[in-house]
Amino acid sequence: MADVNRGKRPLSPHLSIYRPLWTMILSITHRITGVGLAVSITMITWWFLALAISEEYFEYANAAMTSVVGGFILIASLWALAFHFCNGIRHLFWDAGKGLDLETAYRSGLAVMAGSVVLTVIGVLVVAGVF
Amino acid sequence: MRYQTDRQRVEGLGSAKDGTVEWWKQRVAAVALLPLVFLFIFPLLRAIGSDFDEVRAIYEHPFNAIIAILFFITIMSHLRQGLQEVIVDYVHGKAAMTTALLVNTMFTTLIGVTGVFSVAKIAFGG
Repeated sequence: MADVNRGKRPLSPHLSIYRPLWTMILSITHRITGVGLAVSITMITWWFLALAISEEYFEYANAAMTSVVGGFILIASLWALAFHFCNGIRHLFWDAGKGLDLETAYRSGLAVMAGSVVLTVIGVLVVAGVF
Repeated sequence: MRYQTDRQRVEGLGSAKDGTVEWWKQRVAAVALLPLVFLFIFPLLRAIGSDFDEVRAIYEHPFNAIIAILFFITIMSHLRQGLQEVIVDYVHGKAAMTTALLVNTMFTTLIGVTGVFSVAKIAFGG
């Protein structure tokens, strides 16, 4: 029983002592958007349920979704979805062993951020009836 | 001085032996969602702001209904696995983690079943 300190040793990785890096920020954003999208899908499912129940209940749910607060949540959800989608593709490339070097990871991160903004704008334009 | 042996301390701990399967299923759902999310979101974005009859008409169409049902089925597992990963990382203590995982499974199953049922009811004209 030489190991008296068992279970009391400090644990890695001490995230808070590192200067935040671009790739770290993207990584945690993938998680945050994923959890946030759980809220979005709950709203969308409620809206579908209302559509299946009755016209009156649908009007109520639809009014909530298209209110100022609802609209803000929907646009935020749209960006979260676009980001999670683009960064998900980035993760699938990594899973295949591609693009893992630092320079590529930084640049693909930039592409993900730009792509998420472009897709969000397209999405908003679709809602506005441009497409 | 503890008299518990090292063997007794570690027994039952360690790998759950099915991590690779979970990892692979998460990726399968992710790949399936690449086309599904696009096909699901476009009719949905058009539907937002339309009135009851117009929205019903969109989801009475077999194509949109099938896509929406596939989307809800796939999102049910992808969401459960994703949230499970977060829970396993951040929720500590056996009781808290088990509770969170149970709630996660129930919540994601509820979302999936409600979505599939609602779309099916609309598509079948109920």
